[in-house]
Amino acid sequence: MNAEPEKSQFAGEIVIAGELAVCDARGALYFPDLGLLTVSDLHLEKGSAFARRGQLLPPYDTAATLQKLAGVIASYTPRTVISLGDSFHDGGGANRMPQPFRDSLLELMLGCEWLWVAGNHDPDAPADLPGTTVDELAIGGLRFRHEPLPGASAGEIAGHLHPGAVVVHRGRAVRRRCFATDGDRLIMPAFGAYTGMLNVLDKAYKGLFRWETFVAHMLGDSRVFAISRRLLRGS
Amino acid sequence: MKNDVPPTAILPDSFTRWFVERGWSPRPHQLELLDKAQAGKSVLLIAPTGAGKTLAGFLPSLTDLAMRPKRKPGEAYRGIHTLYISPLKALAVDIERNLGKPVEGIGLDVNIETRTGDTPTHKRQRQKLDPPDILLTTPEQLALLLSSKDSERFFSGLRYVVLDELHSLVTSKRGHLLALGLARLHRFLPDLQTIGLSATVADPDALRRWLVPQRPPGAMADLITVQGGAKPVITILESEERVPWAGHTAQYAISEIYDAVKRHRTTLLFVNTRSQAERLFGELWRINEDTLPIALHHGSLDVGQRRRVESAMEANALRAVVATSTLDLGIDWGDVDLVIHVGAPKGASRLAQRIGRSNHRMDEPSRGILVPANRFEVLECRAAIEANYVGAQDTPPLMAGSLDVLAQHVMGMACAEPFDEAELLDEVRMSEPYAKLDADTFGKVVQFVATGGYSLRSYERYARIRQTKEGKWRVSHPRYAQQYRLNVGTIIEAPMLNVRLTRQRGKGANAFGGPVLGKVEEYFLETLSPGDTFLFSGRMLRFEGIRENECYVTNAAGEDARVPSYAGGKFPLSTYLAAEVRGMLADPERWHVLPDQVAGWLELQREKSMLPRPGDLLIETFPRGKRFYMVAYPFEGRLAHQTLGMLLTRRLERGGARPLGFVATDYSLAVWAHGDIGKLHRNGKLPFSELFDEDMLGDDLEAWLAESWMLKRSFRNCAVIAGLIEKRHPGQEKTGRQVTVSADLIYDVLRTHEPDHILLRATRADAGAGLLDVSRLADMLSRIKGRIVHKALDRISPLAVPVMMEIGKERVKGEADDILLSEAEDELIREAMGEE
Repeated sequence: MNAEPEKSQFAGEIVIAGELAVCDARGALYFPDLGLLTVSDLHLEKGSAFARRGQLLPPYDTAATLQKLAGVIASYTPRTVISLGDSFHDGGGANRMPQPFRDSLLELMLGCEWLWVAGNHDPDAPADLPGTTVDELAIGGLRFRHEPLPGASAGEIAGHLHPGAVVVHRGRAVRRRCFATDGDRLIMPAFGAYTGMLNVLDKAYKGLFRWETFVAHMLGDSRVFAISRRLLRGS
Repeated sequence: MKNDVPPTAILPDSFTRWFVERGWSPRPHQLELLDKAQAGKSVLLIAPTGAGKTLAGFLPSLTDLAMRPKRKPGEAYRGIHTLYISPLKALAVDIERNLGKPVEGIGLDVNIETRTGDTPTHKRQRQKLDPPDILLTTPEQLALLLSSKDSERFFSGLRYVVLDELHSLVTSKRGHLLALGLARLHRFLPDLQTIGLSATVADPDALRRWLVPQRPPGAMADLITVQGGAKPVITILESEERVPWAGHTAQYAISEIYDAVKRHRTTLLFVNTRSQAERLFGELWRINEDTLPIALHHGSLDVGQRRRVESAMEANALRAVVATSTLDLGIDWGDVDLVIHVGAPKGASRLAQRIGRSNHRMDEPSRGILVPANRFEVLECRAAIEANYVGAQDTPPLMAGSLDVLAQHVMGMACAEPFDEAELLDEVRMSEPYAKLDADTFGKVVQFVATGGYSLRSYERYARIRQTKEGKWRVSHPRYAQQYRLNVGTIIEAPMLNVRLTRQRGKGANAFGGPVLGKVEEYFLETLSPGDTFLFSGRMLRFEGIRENECYVTNAAGEDARVPSYAGGKFPLSTYLAAEVRGMLADPERWHVLPDQVAGWLELQREKSMLPRPGDLLIETFPRGKRFYMVAYPFEGRLAHQTLGMLLTRRLERGGARPLGFVATDYSLAVWAHGDIGKLHRNGKLPFSELFDEDMLGDDLEAWLAESWMLKRSFRNCAVIAGLIEKRHPGQEKTGRQVTVSADLIYDVLRTHEPDHILLRATRADAGAGLLDVSRLADMLSRIKGRIVHKALDRISPLAVPVMMEIGKERVKGEADDILLSEAEDELIREAMGEE
C-alpha cells in the first residue's frame, strides 16, 4: 500500500465498555485515549505451515500481514501494541520466519511496548523475539484475552473466532470480516493475510452477545460498515 | 469421399452375415474408415447424427478382435485392445448397451466394460488385473490409469483409441487433459491409431491435428466427411400471442408448445439454462390437462431421477422431456420425432446438434421448432435457421493448452515413473494444444509442481517432486501421489449442497429426513432467507435452512416463486450469429421472413430512431426520469457486453458523467448516469470515439480485472486443477476456518507479490478467452472505429425497450462490495431514525 488513506476515512468510532475505540477497516482496533493498538490472529507463517504438509501456498502471507500491520502502526503511532493471540500459526512459526520478515517485524516493534497474548496456536512466547508474553491483560475496564470466556463478559476484547458477516443485498451476498460487538464485548476480526472467517451467526458465538444491541462492523475496501443483526445472514 | 477407389477393407464373413441377416449393408463411410484403419491410419470421421458413427468407429476394433487367435488357457492377459473415451459418463453406459447388440449378433468373444467415476473400487481393481478388450471410459479415468506405476505394461496391447464427440471434448480443459494423456499413449505405442468421431465443425483440420502426434508439426489424421442426409425442417413458432419485448421464459407460447407436444409421439424440449428448464416444465404441467407423461432432465437433478427419465425415454414411455445440455450429446434414446428449442440457440452449430436429436435416421428429415422468448430472439432464431440451411458452422476455435492442466499432468507423470524434463517436454509437445509450448514455460510449470514455483525459494525442503542423482523428477512422498489421485480432473463445480425435502416446516436447519432432490450451488442458496420460495426439480420449494452440506426445503405447491431463478450455464451468442443478426437488422428486404409484429417493431425503430448499417455501432442517448441513458447495440453477447459495461462506467466516472449503473443483454448494453452522456459527446468533453477507444483494454482493463470476482473464480479453478488447493469432496463436512485457506486470499497475496506467477498467467488466459470475452470485445472495438453513429433522442426508442426492461431484474454482478455494504448500512440508519 503506497498512499495510506487518512485514518478518519478508514475507521468507525465506537464505544466499548465506556472506552472510545476506532475500528480500522484493515482489521485493527485503536483506543485513542490509551494510545493502544490491538490486532488479533495474525497467523504469521501460515503459508509455510501448509507447505510442510504439501500444500505449497504462496510464501508471501507473512510479508502481506506485516505490511498491513506497518500501515496501521504508521497511521496511529501507538504507545502500546497488543497482538491478541495466534500471532503465529504454529509453535515453529517464529523459527521458520525468513530473516527479511523477521527484520521488518523487529523494526515495527521498535518504539512501542509490545505484548504477545498467548493463543491456542502459539501458547508459548515466540522464539527470539522481544515483547512480553502474557495469558491475558487488564487495562482499565478492558480485558484482553485470546479466547472469549463463555457467557457475558463486560469489557472483554478477544479474538480466536475470526468473526465474519454476510449481508445479502440486491440479490448478491457480500461476505466480509468484521468486528463483532454488542457494546460490552468485542471480538476482533482475524488480521492475517491467510485467515478465514466464521459467520457471527454460527453456534460458536452462542451466549456471547446481547443480540438486541449487536452490530457487525464489516471491513469494506474503503471503510468500516456498521450492519445490524437484522440484516445478517447465516451460512 | 473418394468413390473411385474401391474399398479394399477386409470385413470378416461373420460381419457380412450379420449385416445381411438384418437386411442391412455396411455404409460406404464405415467401409472407408475400416479400410484406412486397416492401412494403419488414424482417422477423423465427421458425420451428422444417425449416420452410424458409433459402429463405424468400432468396426476396425471389432474386425481386428474377430480375427485374432483364440486365447489359450494359461496364456497371460492380453490387455486392453481398444480404449473408447467420451465426455459423458452416460454416453459410455449408452455405448456399452448399443455395442452389445452387434457383438452378440456377430458372436464375438469380446469383453466390453465401462470405467467411470461411478465404477466401484473392487471392479476397478479387477479391471487392472484382468482388463477387458474394450474399455469405455472418460478423460479423467485415462489420466488416473496413466498415473499408475505399471501404466506402460497395462496399455501394452492397445491398438485403437476411439474418441467420441470429439468436437465437444477439444474445446475444454478436459480436452487438454485428454490430449496430454494421448501424447503419453503415443510415446508408449508409436503405432497406436486414433479414430475421432465428430459432428460438423468449423475447422476440421484442427481436429485432424489433434488426433495424431504433432511430429512433424502439423501432421494430420485422414478425414472422412459424411454429408448431412435430409435437410432438417426447422420452423419458428408463429404465435397468435404477442411476442414479448424482453424476458427468457417464452411463457406467451406455452399453450402452442403444448399443442405441438400433443401432435407428436415424443418431443424433446431444449432450453439453455436449468432455471428455464424448471420453469418450462412447471408451466407445461400447469396446463397438462391430458396428463401426458412429461419429464425433466438436467444436470443438477439427483442421478437416480435422471436414470429413471433416461430409461423411460428409451422405453418410449414419455411424450416429452424438458432438458438442458445434459442431453445435448449423442445419446440415442427413444423415438423422438420433434425437437422444440425454447429460447434462441445462441449458435448455429449448437442448433444443428440439438435438432439432429429427432428422427435418428439419416434419410428422414429432422423436425424442429424454435420458440423465441423475445423479439430479438426472433431475429436470432431466423439467423440460426438460415445458417443451418447454408450449413454454416460456428463452433469455437481451439485454445492453446492451459498451464494449470499441464501442471496436473506433470504431477501425474511423476506419480507414474520418474521423468526427465526434456523428454517429457518432447512428449507434451506431441499433443496439438501444447505443440507450441516453450521450454521456459514448461520449466516454470515443473518448478510450480515441485515447490510452488515462487521466486522466494523458501519451500525447497517441502518439494513434492525432487530430482534424483540422474536428474529425473520423482514424487518425494507417496502421500502426494494419493493427493493427486483424489484431485485429478478439470471439472471444478461451484460448491454444491444437497437439497433435501422435509415435511417439517418452520424448523429451519433443525429439520431432518426426507429424500434428496438434487444439488444447488451454494452461492445461490446463501442469498435465500428462510421462507423464500424457488423452483427446483419441477416443484415449488420453500427454503428452510442449511445444515452442514444439506439444504432443507419443504413443499410450497401453489405459492409463487419469490426468487425467480438461479444462474445456470449460459452460452454467449456466437460471433457468426451476431453478424447475421446485424445484417438482418440493417436490411428491410429480409424482414418479410419475420412475423408481422417483429417486422413492425423494426419499422417503428426506423421511424423513431434509426437502424444501424451492418458495420456500424448505433448509440442512442435519451433522458428518462431524472437520469440520462445511453444504449449501445454491439450484438457481441452478454459476457463481452458486461465487460464493456464495467469499463465504460469507469471512463464515464472519470469523464464526470457520474454513471449509476448498467445492464447488458446478448444484444445491447444500457448505461445510466446523473450526467447527460449525449451532451458530453456533443460538446466534445467525452466524444464516443474516445469513450469506446480500444485503449480501454489497457490500464482500465488491468485495474478492473485485478478486483474482478470473475477473475477470482477463474483463479480458484486454476488453483484446484493445478493442485495448489484441494477440491472439496462431496460428503466432506464444510471445512472449518483453520483447515483451508480461501482461494481469494491466495489470489490477493499472489497478485501483489508475484504477478507473473504461472497460475496467474493461466487465470488471465482463461479470462481473456472465455469468462470475459475480452478478445471478442477487442475485435468489436477495432471493428467500430470511426463507425459510431449517435442518435440523440428525447425518449426511449423501440429497440432500447428490451434492455431497459432488464434494469432492476438483473442480479447485480461486479458492482463494488462497498456500494452494497453502504446501502445496507443506510438501512440501519433509517431504522435508528425511526423511519421504518
